[in-house]
Amino acid sequence: MGIEEKLPAGVLLTSVEKLVNWTRKSSFWPATFGLACCAIEMMASGGARYDLGRFGMEVFRASPRQADLMIVAGRVSQKMAPVLRQIYDQMPEPRWVLSMGVCASSGGMFNNYAIVQGVDHVVPVDMYLPGCPPRPEMLMDAILKLHEKVMHEPLGEKRRLILAEQPAPLVKPGSMPSSYRFNKAKKRQWTEAVEQGTEEQLRIENWMKERAGL
Amino acid sequence: MLESVKGFGVTFAHMFKRVVTEEYPEYRKPTAPRYHGRHILNRHPDGLEKCVGCELCAWACPADAIYVEGADNTDAERYSPGERYAGVYQINYARCIFCGLCIEACPTRSLTMSNEYELAADSRQDLIFTKEQLLAPLLPGMEQPPHPMRLGETEKDYYVGALTNPGTSAGAERVKPGGTA
Repeated sequence: MGIEEKLPAGVLLTSVEKLVNWTRKSSFWPATFGLACCAIEMMASGGARYDLGRFGMEVFRASPRQADLMIVAGRVSQKMAPVLRQIYDQMPEPRWVLSMGVCASSGGMFNNYAIVQGVDHVVPVDMYLPGCPPRPEMLMDAILKLHEKVMHEPLGEKRRLILAEQPAPLVKPGSMPSSYRFNKAKKRQWTEAVEQGTEEQLRIENWMKERAGL
Repeated sequence: MLESVKGFGVTFAHMFKRVVTEEYPEYRKPTAPRYHGRHILNRHPDGLEKCVGCELCAWACPADAIYVEGADNTDAERYSPGERYAGVYQINYARCIFCGLCIEACPTRSLTMSNEYELAADSRQDLIFTKEQLLAPLLPGMEQPPHPMRLGETEKDYYVGALTNPGTSAGAERVKPGGTA
């Protein structure tokens, strides 16, 4: 998706892949694309209490030329759609799109003629984040899931083909909730639950336990 | 000259102040008790589903995020006490705005909300939660439906008993040991 696509045939980059992906996810600069109330939560995430600077993304770039990630925060109207597409086209590769909130993800409660029913009609979306608006933790969860996806991205077309032949990992990259992924015991629990297909029940069970302890 | 150093003093003094930043992925701070998070479809204390497939939640939903298809219980195959149960139950989290109107509409306290909020997914398909995903886990003493009614002869026994023994919705209502919600 970046310069690696231009490599001549015969060059394989397997161990560099991890390093490149790590550098990509560690300075994941977002472009500001606040369109509605979700933007307020996005700003809060950049502030002192949630502090996106911990993940190397405190600089919200006003210029798409310097951004890697477009956080579409809010409803996209029919009039805004071409503008959004132009901003996306101006971003350099590799680039990612996070659709924040239900309005950007699917139109949400605004099922009418003025609102684009999901920003994926206009640009390709890498992560959908529900919520109206999602709290800053939800945004951070989506960003961290996207980080995990970036870490598993193949470097170059050949590597993509090789990975496509291998069996898919049990837990799909970017599907585990962040509070589980960053806790070893809970991560194990989740992986076991995915084997049995009961990961959603596990969440509720853990929540009930947490609740009873309060 | 002194003024320019004073400015650094303010910055330096912050090193000794309490840190306000939340350690989110490593430590998840509990939300407010009534935070509107992911839904739960609750169970009666014997494991039967509380949902009767009335579709009132779907009617109440301002974003049209809920889809319900009712089906008939039979004596051989019983999922909920009473006549009907939800054959298909889906909540589309790409539309749901977590307003809680469905919770207010639910007549059997079947649909409640948890405080779970880590819902991001990389496809719109994964954001449509099916009944299997929404159903509450089987707690000790519960049995996977379909099975006959264990707590009484009619569904009335279930609803009268729910005042003291609410099944899995107890987690959402935080019943105190005294019995009052």
